[in-house]
Order: sequence, then structure tokens, then C-alpha cells
Amino acid sequence: MKRFIDLGRNAVTPVLALSAVHKSFGAVAALREARLELHAGEAHALLGENGAGKSTLVKVLAGVHQPDAGSIEMDGRPVAFGGPADARAAGIAVIYQEPTLFPDLSIAENIFVGRQPRRSLRRIDTAAMRSRAAELFDRLGVRMEVDRPARGLSIADQQLVEIAKALSFEARVLVMDEPTAALSGVEVDRLFAVVRALRERGAAVLFISHRLDEVFALCQRITVMRDGQWVSTDPAADLTVDQVVRRMVGREVSALFPKQDTEVREARLVVRGLSRAGYFQDVDFTVHSGEIVALAGLVGAGRSEVIRAVFGIDRYDRGTVEVSGRRLPAGNPRAAIAAGIALVPEDRRQQGLVMELSVQRNTTLPRRWSLARLGLLWGAAERRTAQTWTQRLNVTAARLGAPVSTLSGGNQQKVVLAKWLSTAPSVLIVDEPTRGIDIATKAEVHALLSGLAAEGVAVLMVSSELPEVLGMADRVLVMHEGRLVADIARAGATEESIMFAATGRA
Amino acid sequence: MRESARRPLWTVLWSWDALVIVALVLVIAVGTSTIDGVGTPRFYRFVVLEAIPIALIALPLTLVIITGEIDLSVASTVGLTCCVLGQLWHAGVTSLPLLVVLSLLLGAVLGALNGVFVTVFGLPSLAVTIGTLAFYRGLAYVVLGDRAVADYPVSWTRRMISPIPHTTIPWFVFVVGALALVFGILLYATPVGRALYAIGNNDVAAGFSGIAVLRTKFWLFVATGACSALAGVFWTFRFASARADNATGLELSVIAAVLLGGVSIFGGRGGLVGVLAAVALLGVLRNALQLADVPANDLTIVTGSLLILSVVGPNLARQARDRLRRRRPIPALERTQ
Amino acid sequence: MITTPAPVRARGAATFARRLLVARELGIALALALLVAVTTIRNPRFLSAQSIKDLLLGATILAILATGQAIVVITRNVDLSVGSVLGVTAFATGVLFKDHPGTPIVLALLAGIGIGALAGAVNGGLIAAAQVPALVVTLGTLYVFRGLDYTWATGRQVNAADMPHGFLSLGTRTILGVPVLALFAVAVLLIAGFVLRSYRSGRELYAIGSDPDAARLSGIPVGRRVFAAFVASGALAGLAGVLHAARFGTVDANAGLGSELNVVAAVVVGGVAIFGGSGSVYGAALGAALLTTIGSALPVLGIDPFWQRAAVGALILAAIGLDRVLAVRTARRLRGGRARDA
Repeated sequence: MKRFIDLGRNAVTPVLALSAVHKSFGAVAALREARLELHAGEAHALLGENGAGKSTLVKVLAGVHQPDAGSIEMDGRPVAFGGPADARAAGIAVIYQEPTLFPDLSIAENIFVGRQPRRSLRRIDTAAMRSRAAELFDRLGVRMEVDRPARGLSIADQQLVEIAKALSFEARVLVMDEPTAALSGVEVDRLFAVVRALRERGAAVLFISHRLDEVFALCQRITVMRDGQWVSTDPAADLTVDQVVRRMVGREVSALFPKQDTEVREARLVVRGLSRAGYFQDVDFTVHSGEIVALAGLVGAGRSEVIRAVFGIDRYDRGTVEVSGRRLPAGNPRAAIAAGIALVPEDRRQQGLVMELSVQRNTTLPRRWSLARLGLLWGAAERRTAQTWTQRLNVTAARLGAPVSTLSGGNQQKVVLAKWLSTAPSVLIVDEPTRGIDIATKAEVHALLSGLAAEGVAVLMVSSELPEVLGMADRVLVMHEGRLVADIARAGATEESIMFAATGRA
Repeated sequence: MRESARRPLWTVLWSWDALVIVALVLVIAVGTSTIDGVGTPRFYRFVVLEAIPIALIALPLTLVIITGEIDLSVASTVGLTCCVLGQLWHAGVTSLPLLVVLSLLLGAVLGALNGVFVTVFGLPSLAVTIGTLAFYRGLAYVVLGDRAVADYPVSWTRRMISPIPHTTIPWFVFVVGALALVFGILLYATPVGRALYAIGNNDVAAGFSGIAVLRTKFWLFVATGACSALAGVFWTFRFASARADNATGLELSVIAAVLLGGVSIFGGRGGLVGVLAAVALLGVLRNALQLADVPANDLTIVTGSLLILSVVGPNLARQARDRLRRRRPIPALERTQ
Repeated sequence: MITTPAPVRARGAATFARRLLVARELGIALALALLVAVTTIRNPRFLSAQSIKDLLLGATILAILATGQAIVVITRNVDLSVGSVLGVTAFATGVLFKDHPGTPIVLALLAGIGIGALAGAVNGGLIAAAQVPALVVTLGTLYVFRGLDYTWATGRQVNAADMPHGFLSLGTRTILGVPVLALFAVAVLLIAGFVLRSYRSGRELYAIGSDPDAARLSGIPVGRRVFAAFVASGALAGLAGVLHAARFGTVDANAGLGSELNVVAAVVVGGVAIFGGSGSVYGAALGAALLTTIGSALPVLGIDPFWQRAAVGALILAAIGLDRVLAVRTARRLRGGRARDA
């Protein structure tokens, strides 16, 4: 194992330093005078809205893009990366939001793919590979069965394999791009412990996240970017959340969670005894017109499974779902939509939108039958609908015909919302509505949800962000291992009470 | 088909469909002026006769490929239909309408079997239809063995291929035309068509939008089977002979036409206009080369090469375009398979 | 610092998965044994020395083709042109001996492998460079190569009389009762299996089939490996062509016609997932043995030989169905503990 220079002697020379980096794509300048300094042994946060240039910066670090101007230095010496292999060789490892492992290969093989240890006759030494993999996980302080195929691993475990892989490359800089987006509380804690272990060995960790509470919990210094430029770098201890947000947005963001008080009316969505073997059991809840009900819990508690069953994507074994007093047939999303339910799914790229199709086509997809006259669609009706709704939600796109993949994450989420709101739902179910989108759009989405509740829509929101849950919900339902274990009113909802219930200690 | 609010005229002219039509016109022009016999009414008659079964199958197969699936068993369905038709005839079924209806039902059932394997059991359509390609062809041999049934009434054959009055074109082309109209409207101007493109690009998101993905695919397979059976009926009476090896290899011509017509093998893109033009193009090319005394064997080489060209060409063009724009093709970091 | 341990997945998950893979190959071997047993009961002469030799001979060509196909399928591709390549090289071998009678056998073997490798290079080049689906390309080359074969062979036929005796004896000679041809197959199998299991380039093929995008990101030279896989498949098809000529003596342009279906069937039945990333050449060879045995067993069992084609098709369907069921069950097991039931 390489010996890292201890923090004291290296406090002056950063492990990694970017200065005056420029990167443009055609006419668009993604990075202008970008700066970054990482010291050995620190966890450093990189914050900024979507479009601030964070992902471009990461790709420059990863060797995927070459800067147009400026310099990259490691240990004070200039380096240039011709491609990802160079960056890896220099000791920079990037862990993306969605790890890509090989499902059919074992964990050990995944770690050493392409560079498996060899023995006589250049054959692969499987025993050595296995023991080296086990040793890596020991160093991280986690237990993992290195022989099992990677298929079926949870995202959290996949990330750990990626981290182990980075460690096997003797990485000195670990860049983590939104690593906690899909993790539950326990898994986040485990990840943080791993990061601390890495720091103790002298590695520098660059942490990119929109979850400010985690950033402040984990990182020593915070760098803020805006519009492709460096804004500030300060010790985390010297900053408040408000200051950081202001720097990211460049203006005042009044209320992050503009929850209005609304009058709660009749029961709109009634779920009784919903059960699906292996996923959830005896789930009972009611969402009233005008209220926002949050569904909280750890990842794997079954929240997304429940709402997918309610909407009809998945089937269930027992129980009933009623909308406006009428029983909904199981496993039939079309019937659910007809009854007035809309579901904004967890993964907007894979589930919420068809990325190759245009904004117009995506927006009008659920309403394709209702927009048709005598079964025929001639385009005018679709165009009008798409125009109306994208304007109403403030979607910034070049034109309606542009593929939705060209939009930013926040705008994509707004297209998903536009698409569903155009069906005039009486029940709106949103799954992680603000995951991976920037602060400003987040506020817009929250305002939107509040407004909808005020108009009488019953809103059911699955969220793993406690501040969001606490700020938005009239009631908090908590799930734990497939069961609904708590129904907490707004007044009694606190971080502790929710976490208690989520971890089964209620 | 990249739909949008309003497409500038030049993109329409430069579209794949237009290119195929231009190629068709060119081939006809060149062929008529250089090869004896090309361009005559008799020539077109043969082109159309040959193209009818291919077009019948290409229409539903286009929709299948747009949704990201494939059906390699179509030619075996044609063959099996021919054989069953022969057996029914020998068993004493003498009413032509009844024979047609029974054949269509058979085709629908064969297609439904493909559909069940793909949608209910969740098996990849490539593997399934390779299996049914073998299975259905095998059943054809079981039904008819080495024999041939060739004693149909001559009047039936005449009826099947008789021309439109005052022309040499077989009237059956109207059947193809009607089907083309139905499938065309379905694809371009109905909610079903919108759903097909959504499914072909991302069937998970399509499901989340309320589209019944599996049910749609199932019925597409059924339609393909039924149309293949119809092609089988036409085939039997056109050649006045039913044999177990009828239409062997026809799937090549159909798939070549569909891909040449601009439909992406990956799904989500393409349309019927280009496909029909490609069917015509391949038909004219084949018959013209035949008249030019090019051996039948070489025609197979040409068809095979065109098939390869139809997929390699666009990809290479796209790569060249990307390189020209100096956008280095980077593997998608966010997309998982 | 030991932190909260990862949620423990089904403890025996890894061993279960490994056992499953072995089980798949074992399953085919069992099916094969069962078939042989049933047929032998019907007619004890089925297991005579002569008929075993015939079985082995018949399976050899298919097994070699299946080995090459397995290598390609593991990378999530398919090679439908193998039958045509076999035809071309078989005929080429015949022509070589006819026109140049003194040619050493080794040269003929090398020539056949070379031609096959060239054909494979054409396939691999188109697929890797233009990034087009192998299905379409090899469907096209299936017809192009066969067409070229016909053009070359128009009217001609190579007879057994035109081939040197030494070459033809390859098709009939045995060593310790095992046909020499079968030894070729065994050698090919062992070499291929060894490389796929114990060498980086071999493991990379599995990675490519498992997730091509991730493979590219990991720095695996996907294009080069896929190209090599197709060259291997072509080369083995070429070898099969030469051995075909040795076995049958008389070669015309129809050699190997339609055999691609049997090859795909052998591979699929043998447990190589059509989606790539898993399976072994040993399974593919067992699949080839099973298919060949079915062909011989059907007449003995009194079943109309016309059922054979249908049987092949039914087997393909059964095999992929079975694999699907097993894969779903394995995935469920490996995902480990979910919500506890009441």
C-alpha cells in the first residue's frame, strides 16, 4: 500500500489543484476561470446549482474532457489527462451516481476487471484476486462477500464496490457525485464512516451533493460555483446554510419550503390492507383532498413499492385501493389515470420521461386518447396542450420539438410534472420530487405542490429528505420493513420521531 | 420519425424516406434505359407479384421493430400456412373464403404464441423467434413432409393474380394498399402510434405513462402472424403449389426492406413510407438484375449486401458527422443498459 | 474502524450462484444420459461401438461450431454466418486438393482456418467499427458468403475420389476407439475453455456481454475483443469446414446449409445466455452432443424424422424458457432479505 504524505507536511501543497480552467462546448462556456484545491485528508464539498459547471469540472478531473485553458496540478506538478485512463493512473477516481458494475461477474472480478493478478503462464490468479478484494473491504471497514455476482446488489453496496475499486487503484482523490441520492439514513452513515476511513489514510474526497445538511456534517471545506465560475471556498465551520444557498443562487431565496396552510377536506385516496408478499404488508392509509401526506422511511422500507402498487405498475396480493369512493382495479395504470391518479416516478430518466422523444410528445403522452378526436391525432391539439402546460410550469426549452434529453434536470422534472398535471389529477403521487435538482427549481416544485394542495388535490409525497418532509407535510406516514408503523401529524413531526419510527424503534 | 411542432422543409427532403424514394426513381430510370425489358407493363407485373407477400409482412413487422422487438419466424409462418392450406384442401375443405379465414386464424395463433413467449414469459424476441422459426418450419415438414399439394383449381390461381382491368398490375395490390393505409394511419395519427414510439425508446417510462406495453406488443405479434398467413395464402395460389419449404429465406427480404426503409433495428425510429419504398426498390432491383442476366444467386449477394449497408451506412455517417462536429463520442455515463 | 456491517445478503448467495451454473451444465449432461438410456432400452444396438463413433463424429462438427458461437454469444452478439463459412471452406478444401493433389493436410487445415478467420474478420470489423447489431450483419453475410460460395461452385462438385486418402482417413480413423475428428473438437474445447476461464482477455468477453457500456468505461478494448471473438468464430467455422470435407468427401455448395439454427440451438440449450455475460463453451459442446443424439435417437424411438426440425425449435424455446425461470429465481435469492411477511 502506498504511503501517503501526512497531513502536516502537505498542508501547503494541495494534492490536486485546478486553476483558471476554461472549457467550452461550441458557443457555451461551461467553465470559466474555475478553481479548486484539494488537500490530502480532507472532505471537500463542491456545491452549485444545475448548470453551475460541477459535472463539467468532474469530467475534466476524470480526464473525459480536456480543458481549453488553465492548468491541473497534482502535488504541485502540472499534469495533463489524455483520457480517463490517464486520470485513473494519476490517482483520481470518480464514483458516479449510478454505479456501473458487471452483473454477471463476481464482486472481486468487478474490482479487478482488466487488471486481474496473474500467475504462471499469465493465467489469472483467482485466489490472489479474492484475498486482495477481501483486504480492500477490510480497509473500508465493511463486510462483503467477494465471490457473489454483482447482480442484485443494492445501490449502496454497489457504491462500496466502486469505492473499493478506486482504493485498489491507489486513488488519492475520490470524487463522489451525488453519492447519497439513493441511500437511506443507515447507508449514508456507513458511507460517511468509509469516507472518514479514506481521509485518515490521506486521500482527498470531493463531495458533490444537493443535501446541505449532509455536506455540513461531512465536509471540512466548501467550494461554491455559479454559472461556470468559482464563487468561494471556505471552511464549513465559517458558513451557514443561508450563506451557502445565497452564494449558489446569487440572490435571496425566501422560503425553501413555502408550505401554505390548507383546509383538509374529504378522503380522496383510501388504501386498506394492501399487501404484497416480500415487499409490504397490511398498509392502511388515507389521503384527503387538500393535504400533503409524506411517506417517509429508509430505502428498502417499501415506499416506492407501495405507491407503484397503488398506481398499478405492480400488482398486489391483498387489499383495496379506492379513489373518490370507487374501487380501483389492481395492476391497471390506465384505470388509475382515468380515476384521477397521477404518479411522478422516482427515476425521471428511466421512468418519468422518454428521453429521445420531444418535450411535446412527452407532455401529451398520458392524454393521448383524450386529445384524440374519433381516435385520430393531428398534432394541433397536442401542440396546444404542451404549450399551455410547459408555459404554466416555466419550463425552459429551446422549442417544444427538442428532445427532452437536452433539458437540465430541473426542467426535466418540470416536464414530468407538466405531463401529469395536464391530466387534472385528483390524487398526485410524487416519488422523490426534488432529487438531483437545483435549489431554485426545488423551491418552485414545492410551491407548486403547496398550490395544488390548496386547490384540493390530494398529494402523497415519498421523500428521503427529512427537511423536505418536515417542511411540506401535513402528516407523515412512516414505513419500516414493509409495514406502516407511524402516522405523525405535522405538529408532532420531528427528525427524531420520524427516524425512530423509520428504524423500527417507535 | 422525429416529430416536432413544425419541421423545416429541408429536413423532410433530406429524410431517409425521401432518399429511398429518390433511389427507387433512379433505379427505375437507369434500368428502363439500359436493360431490355425493364419498365414494361409485364416487368411491373412481376415486380408487384413478388413484392406483395414481402409488403404484407413488412407492414406489421415495421411496427414490431419500432417497439424494439423482432420476428424472425415470419417466413416459417408463411410456409406452415401453405402446408396447412394444402392439408385442409386435401381433407375436403373446398370453400376458398373458409380456407382464407382458417389460414388467418392459424397465422394469428402462431403470432400469438410468439407474443406469449415474449410478453408473458418475458423472453427476448430474438431468441424466441429463432426458436419458432425452426419450430414452425419443422411443423410444416411434419404436416406435409416431402410432398407438394398442387391440385388446386386453376380458377383460384387466376383469381388471385388477375390484373386490374386495363393494366397488368394484380388487383391484390389493393389489399396491400388498404392494409398500408390502416397501418399507416395507426402509426402516424393515432394514440396507438404515439405509444409505439414511446415503447420503442423506453418501455419502462411508457408503462409509467399508462401504456399497456405488453398487451400492445402481444397484439403486434398476432398481427404479424396473421399478415404472414395472408402472405402464405397468396403465395400458395400464386404458385399453385404448397410445399414445406415454401418461402424459405423470405425473412431476409422482409427485414432487408424494413431496415433499408429507415427503421432503426434498435426501435423507436422509422416509418412506413420508407419501408414501402424500400420494398419497391428491392423488387425493382431484383427483377431488373434478373433481366440483365445476372444469376439468381448473385441477387442474394446483392440483397445481403444491401441489408448490411442499410445499418452500417447510417452508423458510419453518424460517426463521421460527430467527428466533424468535434464532439467526441463519449459512452453514456448516466445510461444503464 | 469497523462500521455497521452491510445488510447481510443471503449468506450462501455466491455459492448458490456458482452451484447453479454448474447445475446447468450438469442438467444437460443428465438429459443426454437420460436420452441415451431411453433409446438404448428401445434398441440396445444404439449403444454399440459403431453408433457411438457415428454420434461422436456427427457431434464433432456441431460442437466446434458451437464453441465458436458461444464465444460470440457471450459478448452479447450472434454469428448467423457460420453455416455459410463452413460451406465456403469445405468447398475450398475440396478445390485445393483437387487442383493441387500434393498438398499437405496441415496446409489444408491452415487454409481453411485462415479463410474462416478472414470471414470472421469481415463480420467483426463491420460490427466493431460501425457499431451495428451483429444480428443484421451476420444475417447479411450469411447470404453474401453463401452466394459467393454458389458462384464459385456453380455446377462443380468435389468428389471423394479427388481427395487424398490420408485426408479422408482423418474422417474415419480412430485413436483408442475415439475418432480423430472428435479429438479435434476436444482440443478446441479445452483451449477455448481454458482461455475464457483463466485469461484476462477471456474474462473481458464476459464483462462485455454483461454490460457493454460499463466495459467501455472500464477501459476494456471492447471493439478489439468483439472483433477477436468473431475472428475466432469464423476460424472455428473454417476448421469445421475442413473437417466436414474430410468426413464426407463429397462437397458441393450446399455444405452447412441451414446449420446456423442448429448451432444457435446447441449454444442456447447448453446454457449460454442469449443476452451474454454467462455460460461456458463446455455447456455449448454438451448442447451440441444432445442435439446430435436427438437426431440419431428419433428414428430409433420410432418417431418420424420429420419431427427433428420441430424438435430443435421446441428445444430452443424450452431452453431459453428454463434459463429465464432460473435467472428470475436466482435474482430473487441474491437480492436477499426484503420485508418480512407476517
